[in-house]
Amino acid sequence: MIALHHYLVLSALLFAIGVVGIFLNRKNLIVLLMAIELMLLAVNMNFVAFSHYLNDLAGQLFVFFILTVAAAESGIGLAILVVLFRNLSTIDVDKLDSLKG
Amino acid sequence: MELKTVVFYVFAAIMLFAALRVITARNPVHAVLYLVLAFFNAGGLWLTLQAEFLAIALIMVYVGAVMVLFLFVVMMLDIDIARLRQGFWSNMPLAVTLGVLMAGEMALVLSTDYFGTTSFPDQAMPADYSNTKELGRLLFTAYVYPFELASVILLVAIIAAVVLTLRRRKDVRHLDPAAQIAVKHTDRIRVVKMAAEKEPE
Repeated sequence: MIALHHYLVLSALLFAIGVVGIFLNRKNLIVLLMAIELMLLAVNMNFVAFSHYLNDLAGQLFVFFILTVAAAESGIGLAILVVLFRNLSTIDVDKLDSLKG
Repeated sequence: MELKTVVFYVFAAIMLFAALRVITARNPVHAVLYLVLAFFNAGGLWLTLQAEFLAIALIMVYVGAVMVLFLFVVMMLDIDIARLRQGFWSNMPLAVTLGVLMAGEMALVLSTDYFGTTSFPDQAMPADYSNTKELGRLLFTAYVYPFELASVILLVAIIAAVVLTLRRRKDVRHLDPAAQIAVKHTDRIRVVKMAAEKEPE
């Protein structure tokens, strides 16, 4: 019998994979964006699971809005990536140091 | 084991495998394709949770639009993969330690019955229940302002993406329509007044 905690543990694993992905791909900006997508997916999975087991549709509406914001985020992120590549000819995060911060 | 349990474990295993391949794949195109696989399996899991509308929206909007956008960008850029992979494994011990700790702690906390997460009853919906209809009813009544705000956010994203990537190339000749419209006839023809001269005899 699949209960709520199965889904919660599954999305915890997915979130951890996303965090590990951010650590591993410190240079590759595209994979960083994809790791963020994985973490958002884990959060959405939690929302849907709680929404189902508590019988409350508000959770699914939140997922709807998170999907909207995530689509906007990846659209702008990829636009920044394209501009970055045009200016630096690389997507290496280490090369992003022109502000000398 | 009943069918739903089997389906859950199959979808979950494929999704976790695909997620691992997303972060370890050498080729970014493969990473995007594995991400598509992960989203597909997440959609399947949401179907088992009776969130049909969101499962279809995830596959159509996310896989159909956002992932294709990722694929476009990955294929458009000429990436030097070997340089980006430098130092990939040097972060591995720290990353794996952290990931295992996070996942282990969360699994420990969530699997015990302290928060009662193991004892929620499985909600069985009646046969004529429509997830899409109920979501739509809520979305256009109680959540209509967030819904309109979401459309504004999308508009901002459209304009931001266009403005960010817009550029005027210097090496291409082009017409300026505004200048063409604003031109006056006096700019085109200049009438030179000069005194009439007698023809030489």
